[in-house]
Amino acid sequence: MKALSQKRRHPFAFVALLLLGLLLTGGLYAAATTVNQAQATNTASEYDDEQVDEGERLFVANCATCHGMNAEGTDAGPSLVGVGAASVEFQVGTGRMPMQMQGPQAQQKPPQFNEEQTTQMAAYVASLGAGPAVPDDEYLDMEAGDPARGGELFRINCAMCHNAAGAGGALTEGKYAPSLHGVEPVHVYTAMTTGPQNMPVFSDSNIPPEDKRDIIAFLQTYEQQGTPGGFSLGFLGPVSEGLLIWTLGLALLIGSMVWLTSRSS
Amino acid sequence: MSASKEKYTEAQYLEVDQYEPKTQSGRIANYVDTRVGGTNIVREFGRKVFPDHWTFMFGEVALYSFIITVLSGAFLTFWFDPSMSTTRYSGSYAPLQGLEMSMAYATALELSFDVRGGLFMRQLHHWGALLFVLAMSVHMLRVFFTGAFRKPRELNWVVGCSLLILGLGAGFTGYSLPDEVLSGNGLRIIDGMLKAVPVVGTYISFFLFGGEFPGNEVIPRLYSLHIFIIPALILILIAVHLFMVVVHKHTQYPGPGRTERNVVGYPVGPVYAAKAGGFFFIVLGILCFIAGTFQINALWNYGPYDPSPVQAGAQPDWYIGPFEGVLRLMPGYLGDFSLEWVIPTPWGGNSLALPVLIPMLPVAAIFLGMFVWPWIEAWITGDKKEHHLLDRPRNAPTRTAFGAAVVTNYLIMWGMGSNDLIATHFGLSLNDITYWSRVLFFLGPVIAYILTKRICLALQRKDREVALHGHEAGVIEVSPEGEFHERHKMPSEYELWTLVSYEAPEPSGPQPNAKGKVTLTEKIRARLNRIWFEDRVEPVSREEYLEALEHHGHDHETTGLEAAQSQESVTSGKPHGHDPHGH
Repeated sequence: MKALSQKRRHPFAFVALLLLGLLLTGGLYAAATTVNQAQATNTASEYDDEQVDEGERLFVANCATCHGMNAEGTDAGPSLVGVGAASVEFQVGTGRMPMQMQGPQAQQKPPQFNEEQTTQMAAYVASLGAGPAVPDDEYLDMEAGDPARGGELFRINCAMCHNAAGAGGALTEGKYAPSLHGVEPVHVYTAMTTGPQNMPVFSDSNIPPEDKRDIIAFLQTYEQQGTPGGFSLGFLGPVSEGLLIWTLGLALLIGSMVWLTSRSS
Repeated sequence: MSASKEKYTEAQYLEVDQYEPKTQSGRIANYVDTRVGGTNIVREFGRKVFPDHWTFMFGEVALYSFIITVLSGAFLTFWFDPSMSTTRYSGSYAPLQGLEMSMAYATALELSFDVRGGLFMRQLHHWGALLFVLAMSVHMLRVFFTGAFRKPRELNWVVGCSLLILGLGAGFTGYSLPDEVLSGNGLRIIDGMLKAVPVVGTYISFFLFGGEFPGNEVIPRLYSLHIFIIPALILILIAVHLFMVVVHKHTQYPGPGRTERNVVGYPVGPVYAAKAGGFFFIVLGILCFIAGTFQINALWNYGPYDPSPVQAGAQPDWYIGPFEGVLRLMPGYLGDFSLEWVIPTPWGGNSLALPVLIPMLPVAAIFLGMFVWPWIEAWITGDKKEHHLLDRPRNAPTRTAFGAAVVTNYLIMWGMGSNDLIATHFGLSLNDITYWSRVLFFLGPVIAYILTKRICLALQRKDREVALHGHEAGVIEVSPEGEFHERHKMPSEYELWTLVSYEAPEPSGPQPNAKGKVTLTEKIRARLNRIWFEDRVEPVSREEYLEALEHHGHDHETTGLEAAQSQESVTSGKPHGHDPHGH
């Protein structure tokens, strides 16, 4: 202890301390991230080499312009190393990729590739580095989910951007949270695991797969039940209601007023 | 009634007393009449004459939608339990089963899913409330832009303004009752506004919520306001409002035979009684159609109230929109300058939340300004006369322009209340909408004022042109000399009346008071008076009209048939209303 207290004013003591600190934080960070990765992944092992090769060909022909020949990313598009098969399943499966045009965010459009091709590209991207995988069917089965619990999770985690009825909502600078009506369960799931566009990632440590299934079950139940009160007016709440009473309501009233007073004037 | 007493002799009274009807229904009617005095009521009110114009019916719509809302609301009270005690939902709406929620929300869900006709009545109640405030607003706009608030109706205008405020109160308290996330967000904004009041804000909020927000007191309190206090006040004020309409008699638009001394129209009995009765059912029908077809306030979407989430697309009902919008409009920082201040106090300082307080000023100014407007206008114009003939909006250009400016200001705030939906549905940037609205908030009213005033003056000039030279008939004639003319059709007597009977005084200039001094207030008044009246289009005078007719007579001798006819009737010396200075 004496040596330590004597040497603490040594010219190199500060440097040594700094090195020690850096090593510790770096080591801890590395350990922490591998733990996370281990949770979130599936590697390319579930795909065969043929799929990976075919996927690479498709990738080079359709995606490499923006994402780079080796998916390392360019100024026009991010690196795809480590984004996982789930990202491809979401982005390509919903038609967002290949992107129609640059803008605040990628627009949804009819998918350009079929399921087989999408899987092949997913296989290629998964082979580049570990990332979120396409979920097993058991997590997409709404029969097994609890819609009431899913609804609660949805309102806490999703409704602030996607609206309580999943109708979507505005974000800043022209970005937006899209409507969730008619979205495939697998795309809801992969959106949560990959956080596309401006969406945050809801990893499995944040919302476990079973809870994701509950959310999907809620969305499906909600969609299937229809609207008990008549036309939904876009599920937008008081604004579209106000618009209706000021347009249709007022028009019907004025029509009847003019009719009632037309005889005498 | 005193006058009629003198007319009857003792024998006549006896005759009435001993009158025996011959049929059974006659006997029932006579029995009731002798005890209720129906004859007198019918004599007094049944002969009341009302002018006929579709714009006069918005007040009626407000009354009817209020009645419909009260009736459907009474139905809802049989099931709704305004309690914040918690329960576990076990009704038939699957996505909420097993969740913990307040009794208020659970019974609102019960009404929607488990009571027969409950959802329809809930929707009818809500749509009725939206229509109630809408009808009041449009009615007030009509009254404002036609100048119906002028002497002697200023007090009734104030009663109307109070009714509007009460309508907003009734709507907001009702919106907050179901205790789901959306209504809770609304209450949280109210809580925030109250807490923004310097020094005492926190106390006021604690009084309202019975402790820290949300507490478990506020729903029952809002409920007594919503079903008892506010509706009772509305009912009383409606009675006062209608009584004053009867006392003042209804206003009318200028037209043939209509003067400041008469009312041209139909009597209540039987014409208006039938029309108004029928109209109630038309309004009911429209509301039932909408309530049965369009979903409103799908409260099962929002989930039980929880102070943590705020959902996208959370908005108040339309009439609270400007309050919401102006909060969204207000920046919290100007550059790096924070608008949140702290007032130093001995107990450590109170925060002054200017981003919440400043936005309340324009809304408060609109609503308070509304109350005092009749006196402001009378003060500026110096007009002390009674007015029973309405202004056509173009004939009061400055008032119309000012009204349009205020409406524009309101619309900007209102639109900002839905800036997120405008952004998503028109593919715009939320930020851009906000920045532009901040500019338009100040610039919009100015543009609206100038444009409206110019349009009004242009329309007046057009009226003048038509009165003096007739409508362009769209027929081009060539004279033997090769000159081209467009044939003009002179307006009919009826149309002419509407075109020329208005007043356009000239600016009056500052007047000295009793001591012979021109005070500063008087100078300000005179200045405003000049702004008010300096742009004016003179109404067509009789001399001008006759001169124009003569001119036409010489010009188009072959085409002046209509002109000659109207000239004949004008020069025959009958009293006409063409000349506004004539009465």
